[in-house]
Amino acid sequence: MIAQFLYGGAGILLFALGLWSLLVHAPLLRKLIALNIMGAGVFHVFIAIAHRGDALPPDPVPHALVLTGIVVAVSATALALALNSRLEQGENEPEPASSPSPGPRIHMQPALSTEPSSKGATHP
Amino acid sequence: MTTDSLILPIALPLLGALLATALPRIAPLLGVLTAALTAMSGLWLTGLVWVSGDLSIVLGGWGLPLGIGLSADGLSAALLAMSSLVGLGISVYALGYFSGSERGLHFWPLWLLLWTALNGVFLAADLFNLYVMLELLGLSAAALGALTGSRDAVSANLRYLLVGLLGSITYLLGVALIYTAYGTLDIGLLSERVEPSALVSTSLVLMTAGLALKAALFPLHFWLPPAHANAPAPVSAALSALVVKAAFYLILRLWTDLFATITDAGAAFILGALGAGAILWGSWRALRAERLKLLAAYSTVAQIGYLFLFFPLLQALPPGPARDDLFAACVLMAVTHGFAKAGFFLAAGLVQKKAGHDRIDELGGAAQSMPATTFSIALAGSALIGLPPSGSFIAKWVLMQSALETGQWWWLIVIALGTLLAAAYIFRVLSRAFGQEPTPQCFITDARAEIPALLLALASVALLGLAAGPIWSLLGFEGVQI
Repeated sequence: MIAQFLYGGAGILLFALGLWSLLVHAPLLRKLIALNIMGAGVFHVFIAIAHRGDALPPDPVPHALVLTGIVVAVSATALALALNSRLEQGENEPEPASSPSPGPRIHMQPALSTEPSSKGATHP
Repeated sequence: MTTDSLILPIALPLLGALLATALPRIAPLLGVLTAALTAMSGLWLTGLVWVSGDLSIVLGGWGLPLGIGLSADGLSAALLAMSSLVGLGISVYALGYFSGSERGLHFWPLWLLLWTALNGVFLAADLFNLYVMLELLGLSAAALGALTGSRDAVSANLRYLLVGLLGSITYLLGVALIYTAYGTLDIGLLSERVEPSALVSTSLVLMTAGLALKAALFPLHFWLPPAHANAPAPVSAALSALVVKAAFYLILRLWTDLFATITDAGAAFILGALGAGAILWGSWRALRAERLKLLAAYSTVAQIGYLFLFFPLLQALPPGPARDDLFAACVLMAVTHGFAKAGFFLAAGLVQKKAGHDRIDELGGAAQSMPATTFSIALAGSALIGLPPSGSFIAKWVLMQSALETGQWWWLIVIALGTLLAAAYIFRVLSRAFGQEPTPQCFITDARAEIPALLLALASVALLGLAAGPIWSLLGFEGVQI
């Protein structure tokens, strides 16, 4: 029972730490790691609640949920990294070589475009 | 057999997405074909719910704790009908918009995947599948939004992706807590079992916070305007009209169905207050926006705010016809906004394509060169304002009536201000579109002469229209019933 609480409590702690890091740090890589730590915290909680006492086998449903969650987390991380590498490529080229539509090129007013993000930084 | 059709609105676009990935050369053809089939299956399912009531199925014959359940009730059916019709419109538009462009090849698989996830959210019957569908929705939406590859679009959508992930992880922690308490994730079973406790309240707070982030509820809306304004037009339409509705739908489902026994007036008031903030701030920023698509994006923030105004009133009304009316009005508002905003964004995309830009101040002559497009903007705009006979007029009417009935008059001020601001930002676009020349920047040119005239005109509309009661009492008659 104590082990279960320790495990679940550690999960909540990881979630809080990850959330703090996500909000405080600007670099994308740190944000992504923070999100993954938050995810790991939630998975900890799921694993802790799968425990049904020493006599019974653990509940398989939370385990299945964690497996699905891991797959989702990996895909999301991959997409974020791909978008970030696209941003960094754009930094090396003088002009991103893409026009948004087959129509005439659209110029956006600088005042209205999103804030000039430094290297891969996002600011929620 | 009828329950089997629950699978179609999810399976068809998924199949189409896989085919469009495998055969990129005929992706547009496959895409439109799939869109037509998906829309038909969605409308068919809506018809079935209309005729025979709630439907549910457990896939593959696995029992409920383990199997994946799908279900459709009136609320899901209404939103499914919206996603079907709006989705079909977006698909047909995209066929022309992306024709001859390589980008279109990437558009179709992602768009069909997004549609799969959207229908999945509306039909899923358990909390964990909702999480998976929400994640799928977030991933495909962020990828679609970044489709132009421009720096602004990619960085805005990277931020959107991170925010979406934060939202769904927070939601997932809430799901974990509720599983701890009741050992099931099925919404139907849970709504029978849920009882007030600290654990369940924490779970509701976590789930609502995560979803509010995804629904762009003020002040968590910061990611929406850049992400929606920088996407290609069909994608903006899908994101603004449909994707934010998925998160809203889930909050509505949680508050009125699953956690109906533990929500209280204070918590509902917080949601309403945030909605009020969204209406005022979103409408103000829309009024100040210089680009048409940014205006539309901020208008979405405001319109989401209206949807959250319904929560404190739904909480205050006892079950009965008045509450049913209000609930229907809330759904009507969401569906109307779906149609209006999709139409608005698609028309804005046409203007952008033709003029080469979408700066509102330089739209002069748009009405002369593109009458139908301008008319669409005006028509969608009238629904955003809430003019009769649009759906949002009826919804706002019921909303204001309920606010009066429950004595929560302060929401009326917010609704009135929001409506005025909406009229201002819509007519600002229209006045530019109808002018041949760029119109003067200055609103007031001769303050001494103009402000009295303005105040008089304002009084004739706002003071006498909305506060006509004192005239009756002055004349010694009974007050008018609103």
